[in-house]
Amino acid sequence: MADVSRRRALGLLGAGAVGAGVAGLGVTGVRAATDPAPSAPVVPFHGAHQAGITTPVQGHLHFASYDVTARDRAGLVALLQRWTAAAEALTAGREVGRDGAVGGPALAPPEDTGEALGHDASRLTITVGFGPSLFDGRYGLADRRPAALADLPRFAGDALRPERSGGDLCVQACADDPQVAVHAVRNLTRLAAGAAAVRWAQLGFGRAASTSAAEETPRNLFGFKDGTANVLADDDAALDEHVWAAAGDGADWMAGGSYLVARDVRMVIETWDRTSLQEQELVVGRTKGEGAPLGRTSERDPLVPSELPLRSHVRLAHPDNHGGARMLRRGYNTVDGTDGVGHLDAGLFFLAYQRDPRRAFVPVQRALARDDLLGEYLRHVGSSLWAVPPGVRPGQWLGQSLLG
Amino acid sequence: MPRRTALLALALGTAAGLTACAEEPGSGADAAADAGGPVAVTATDDSCELSRTALTAGRNVFTITNAGSRVTEVYVYEGDRVVTEKEDIGPGVEYELTTQIPAGEYDVACVPGMVGDGIRTPVTVTAAAGGEEVDPAQQQAVDAYRAYVQEQADALVPLVAEFAAAVKAGDVERAKALYAPSRVPWEAVEPVAESFGDLDPKVDLREADLEEGQDWTGWHRLEKALWVDGSTAGLEGVADQLVADVTDLQGRVQNADLSAASIGNGAKELLDEVATGKVTGEEEAFSHTDLVDFDANLAGAEKAYEVLSPIVRAEDPALATELEAQFAAVEAALAPYATGGGTYVSYDTVTEDQRRELARVVDALGEPLSRLAAVAAS
Repeated sequence: MADVSRRRALGLLGAGAVGAGVAGLGVTGVRAATDPAPSAPVVPFHGAHQAGITTPVQGHLHFASYDVTARDRAGLVALLQRWTAAAEALTAGREVGRDGAVGGPALAPPEDTGEALGHDASRLTITVGFGPSLFDGRYGLADRRPAALADLPRFAGDALRPERSGGDLCVQACADDPQVAVHAVRNLTRLAAGAAAVRWAQLGFGRAASTSAAEETPRNLFGFKDGTANVLADDDAALDEHVWAAAGDGADWMAGGSYLVARDVRMVIETWDRTSLQEQELVVGRTKGEGAPLGRTSERDPLVPSELPLRSHVRLAHPDNHGGARMLRRGYNTVDGTDGVGHLDAGLFFLAYQRDPRRAFVPVQRALARDDLLGEYLRHVGSSLWAVPPGVRPGQWLGQSLLG
Repeated sequence: MPRRTALLALALGTAAGLTACAEEPGSGADAAADAGGPVAVTATDDSCELSRTALTAGRNVFTITNAGSRVTEVYVYEGDRVVTEKEDIGPGVEYELTTQIPAGEYDVACVPGMVGDGIRTPVTVTAAAGGEEVDPAQQQAVDAYRAYVQEQADALVPLVAEFAAAVKAGDVERAKALYAPSRVPWEAVEPVAESFGDLDPKVDLREADLEEGQDWTGWHRLEKALWVDGSTAGLEGVADQLVADVTDLQGRVQNADLSAASIGNGAKELLDEVATGKVTGEEEAFSHTDLVDFDANLAGAEKAYEVLSPIVRAEDPALATELEAQFAAVEAALAPYATGGGTYVSYDTVTEDQRRELARVVDALGEPLSRLAAVAAS
């Protein structure tokens, strides 16, 4: 990896000093010298869990699903090792490859695509997951598929498009700077050539969830606060109970990992916008301004399901109705231009981490799909399910517990 | 076909209470209409006590306390018609239920454990002295619209019966010809029909709305059989059920909970139906008769506007002018696709560009139409 901070490298370029002159400097030292930001924009890549799950939700998302095309298991392992090394560099704000964006031979294409030069790490996290289809016979993983990675059932109203669903591998890249997130996926995709190809991808913005009580609850494109009752990153007991897979859960290689459900949910924006405030609030079950449960006055007031309209969204989704099941949500708003008739092609890219989707997402979504009044304004067009393996320590690689 | 049902209408009955609760604590007691103040309802496992049984017509607030050990429900009945209700009131929970009640004789019922007929207490609602409980112009609109809804429901039954007979006779061509016309009265009053929440999923569910393992009945089940399978063998029961369900509707529309606001909101919902289901071609995925539904939705919305128009002209003449112009524009945009006798070209022959044009006029109407309910109820 080029041991050069992108900010530092640009400074050097500006001074006409191209090359590996600072290769010996530690990243931290470089950043301390060049970054005036009061808080470090680097999220550590290594750890017991992958970053990008409990990390305070960044401003932007680039999510990509890949079909693995590697000829054999060794090819898949080599890809994950390349991705691990690249992710270590990218999340530290460094360039990809030994020579980076501009340090290599003039007649060769640059190893790093370069659009993040001058941008800091921007709290980039790269989170990798394995889809159910990876566990077919191709890579000798058929008997390693966790029971919790059971295919999702069809829910009422599902309008899933195969080209927006599924996949063998996923990369969730989140950063406060959209260009940094896009740069990460672009370079990881390039490193995957011959071993994996993009199946579908999604950009997201304006985090539609928060995982820390200190963050103000963000708003989704319906204009309502979303994620008030989320599992919070500092609630270790809740994380252990609801988010992290444990060794005894059935797949030991997933211990410390989590299961991710990603749903591409399109919103029928124009119709929603023509709905009265009263009806919007009854449909959601919270007030639009403050986000208080209906009948209460502030956002953090207790939400008593029985006080809310029977088919309101927050009542139906409440853990009390689902054996206490909770998920850690970190979805993003999406706007992909316009549909064919001039309506906004927009929605929510729903991302929810959980210990076992069979006890969390599946029952919750089944209830919502049947009865949620908000369903009138939603269309699920993409769906995917991922086993997100545990984090890696220095010297290890992503997925080593499964493929090592 | 949306999944909206009666429960939203019922929930709306409680909305004023919730809003008042959230924004203006205590305002219920100050409102002029509920002269005697809130009616306290204390429910236990074997009793249902009201603080008084003489009420004044208009807005009334019930403050419900479940002092029992079981989950309870509270209903206000006029005969067997539910005026308003609150379900799932847990032990120890207090709830404020607000509703508009005209003069008449009613029962308030608590249902401990949420089973059975409940413990009923008769209450008498008398007209407020010197005041009208419902604005006469609004009452006139409600009466006219109720008559229209009944007319449509009465027309629906024989059309569906004829369609069902063709299905049962295995006459595919005849059934295909009768399919779209049999839906027209339903589509014209769909928001009211949907307000009976149990009926809509039985008669108008699309294949895309099904969940794994769910039984599929109603028009669209037969639509797929006719256009995709080319046979209705084995679906005689579905045809019979459809007739029974629309007959059930016919008997129930007189009890629909209508107000100037709900009529205005229904007009907006009909245009939403056009925008999200018909313009996209999703409603009639196999028969492509979407434009017949479009026409019926539009006619229903125009009727709703028509009954409300005296109020709108008085309260907001500019809105009336705008709505009339936009209704005319949608009619003009739809007209070229008509093929006579209430039929339209198959929607799969309508190009992307043409669909975009239709969407534009529908949006141009939908936006001002969404302001109708608030003006009509003012």
